[in-house]
Amino acid sequence: MNVLSKFGSFVTGTARMAFVGGNRYYYAWLGVLALCIVQAVFAFSHQFQNGLIVTNMRDSVSWGYYIGNFTFLVGVAAAAVLLVVPAYVYDWKPIKEVALFGELLAVCSIVMCLLFVLVDMGRPDRFWHIVPFLGRMNLPGAIMAWDAVVLNIYLAVNLVVASYLVYCGYHGIHYNKKFVWPLVIFSIPMAISIHTVTAFLYNGMASRPYWNSAILAPRFIASAFCSGPALLLILFQILRKVSAFEIKDEAIHKVAELMAYAMGFNLFLFGAEVFKEYYSNTHHLVHYEYLFAGLHGEPSPIALYAWMSLAFAVISFFLFLIPRTRRNIVTMNIGCVLIYASVYIEKGIALIIPGFTPDQLGQVYEYVPSATELRVAAGVFGIGFLLFTLMVKVSVAILFERPRAEGAH
Amino acid sequence: MRELPTLPLPAPAPPAEGYSRREALVMGLFALAAAATATGCSAADKLAYEEFVQKHFKDLSPEELKDRLASMEKRYTEQFGKEVKVSATPPMPGVLFGYALDLSRCIGCRRCVYGCVEENNQSRDPQTHWITVLEMDKEEGVNLQNANAFYDHETVPAPGKFYMPVACQHCENPPCVKVCPVQATWKEPDGIVVIDYDWCIGCRNCIAACPYGARRFNWGKPSIPKDELNPNTEYLGNRPRQRGVVEKCSFCLQRVRKGLYPKCVEVCPVGARKFGNLLDPESEIRYIIENKRVYILKEELNTQPKFFYYYGL
Ligand code: SF4
Ligand code: SF4
Repeated sequence: MNVLSKFGSFVTGTARMAFVGGNRYYYAWLGVLALCIVQAVFAFSHQFQNGLIVTNMRDSVSWGYYIGNFTFLVGVAAAAVLLVVPAYVYDWKPIKEVALFGELLAVCSIVMCLLFVLVDMGRPDRFWHIVPFLGRMNLPGAIMAWDAVVLNIYLAVNLVVASYLVYCGYHGIHYNKKFVWPLVIFSIPMAISIHTVTAFLYNGMASRPYWNSAILAPRFIASAFCSGPALLLILFQILRKVSAFEIKDEAIHKVAELMAYAMGFNLFLFGAEVFKEYYSNTHHLVHYEYLFAGLHGEPSPIALYAWMSLAFAVISFFLFLIPRTRRNIVTMNIGCVLIYASVYIEKGIALIIPGFTPDQLGQVYEYVPSATELRVAAGVFGIGFLLFTLMVKVSVAILFERPRAEGAH
Repeated sequence: MRELPTLPLPAPAPPAEGYSRREALVMGLFALAAAATATGCSAADKLAYEEFVQKHFKDLSPEELKDRLASMEKRYTEQFGKEVKVSATPPMPGVLFGYALDLSRCIGCRRCVYGCVEENNQSRDPQTHWITVLEMDKEEGVNLQNANAFYDHETVPAPGKFYMPVACQHCENPPCVKVCPVQATWKEPDGIVVIDYDWCIGCRNCIAACPYGARRFNWGKPSIPKDELNPNTEYLGNRPRQRGVVEKCSFCLQRVRKGLYPKCVEVCPVGARKFGNLLDPESEIRYIIENKRVYILKEELNTQPKFFYYYGL
């Protein structure tokens, strides 16, 4: 078989695996995602026709829910490295099979990130202005231009590695270690860099004292190392139930243990930040006051979320720290959900909004996402989840159910 | 006609040299694609396509710039039913513009705000203002956390209050320029920070980065009643804007580069606003900086505004 027909059979074969042979729940899930996407197409076309005025963002709070989701998902993508490091670097068997899923998760997260950026742009038709060589990128000055570069490189690397591994699996050939290794090693610093650069985007702005803190990037990394694996742990358990996917409990517990350390570090960094602000008690404290209480005697609409996020973080930290609750499937899953919720609130709400409230001239605009924003975001998540579902379905079929393409050994 | 006061400036600028032309290899590709797609399409499609593939202002050759100005004039003239001029007046050599505002004089009447809206073709609905006037307590002094931009008294000034108008400070070290991922905004040689509305992607990074809340985004489609449009416009200044891009004060580029004072200086009823050439030691602005008590907003950020607040009385 020549390369072209081999590739052709890979494409048709995987397409069949993705859509054929699922159970009822699988198709129901695909249907739900399709609905999310379809309703979002309507919401987005409304936004596209009328402009970003249909969101609740305004000059005072000029970034909102979209960019919050973007930031959160960059973290999820970066967290793939937590699984890749032990898998490849230490050649640690139980995690090795699952590293691929980390890479797939990274690919889908970056796709969602790019979509969130696109829907947040005032002129999405001009996206090519930020494409290297086509546009006129502001390098080395603009962190956002760097962000575009590293996100796309990271996407490409993970896409290449993951699809190459699946391709080899499909044809039953052994993957070429000399090709995969350098890319995998390269993806590790890249994972750190995407989240660091995203943190620098905020961190580098002297105009926003709430973000202008040197430990923002480490905080980003620490929280990412909790939220990404939380998603994967749940996924592995589902896959283990419904497919031939195998993963040892040992591997799950190991990942959970790493998450406990990451959460501990995250809480510590948060404490350091809070101490600095409250003890020094400068004008810059207003943003924390807005986050946790409110300004001018008015309660803030986000304070409830901020406290919830903090409580979830503390509870899940202990659930993962104590070996007994870490190994108990119920408490571990509760911990995963809490971590996920905590980091999602932290990045999606507690990072962006207080950064803008009060604004640079001290004015308070209370931002709450509009229905359009929620609907469009649901669609972006729908696309990401759909992509992830299909890719996982194919990978599980190939790696664990071991079908072979005709003519392959 | 009433004689307008003019700005003491050096001899008029030599004819436009155009901007250094950047190698834009890919543009050839786009031109090809444009040609391919445009054949058989309506004129409107063609226009949309032209807008899609157009270059950055600084990449336009002098001829291309001329063409663009002409096609803009045509379009705006049709749109507003009156003769609209679009120029690209270059900066004058030997000029660095600076602004000064007398905090002890300003009464918070907001005449500057509305003068600016008319002069610079800001959207009336939704309403866009480039100048924000802050009201603060005399007792407390400048404290932004205690500022109110939405005061609405029957009469101004209110007892115990003072007023601080804020607009783009035309920073020497502008964070908004640094963060723009596509170089849609930059500092001109005469110190004016400008935006190419046709290149801005609407990411709003500059809004996040500006410490003075000076940038405005066109959340909705800007609208100006036909008879209220100021037809004397500049490419990098007060020409009609589009949805989804950022705009801000340009020191009235269209006026100051021709030796007129900015509109806000002209309309201020108490003479709180001063403007001039920072490089001219004889200028009023230099006199103020050298002889008055000058205050710079958020000096600690090292943005080096060319906007100086002072206490004249
Ligand atoms: S005031 Fe804001 S918009 Fe104006 S130059 Fe400075 S940073 Fe840029
Ligand atoms: S909104 Fe426009 S001018 Fe501002 S940073 Fe983005 S592209 Fe540049």
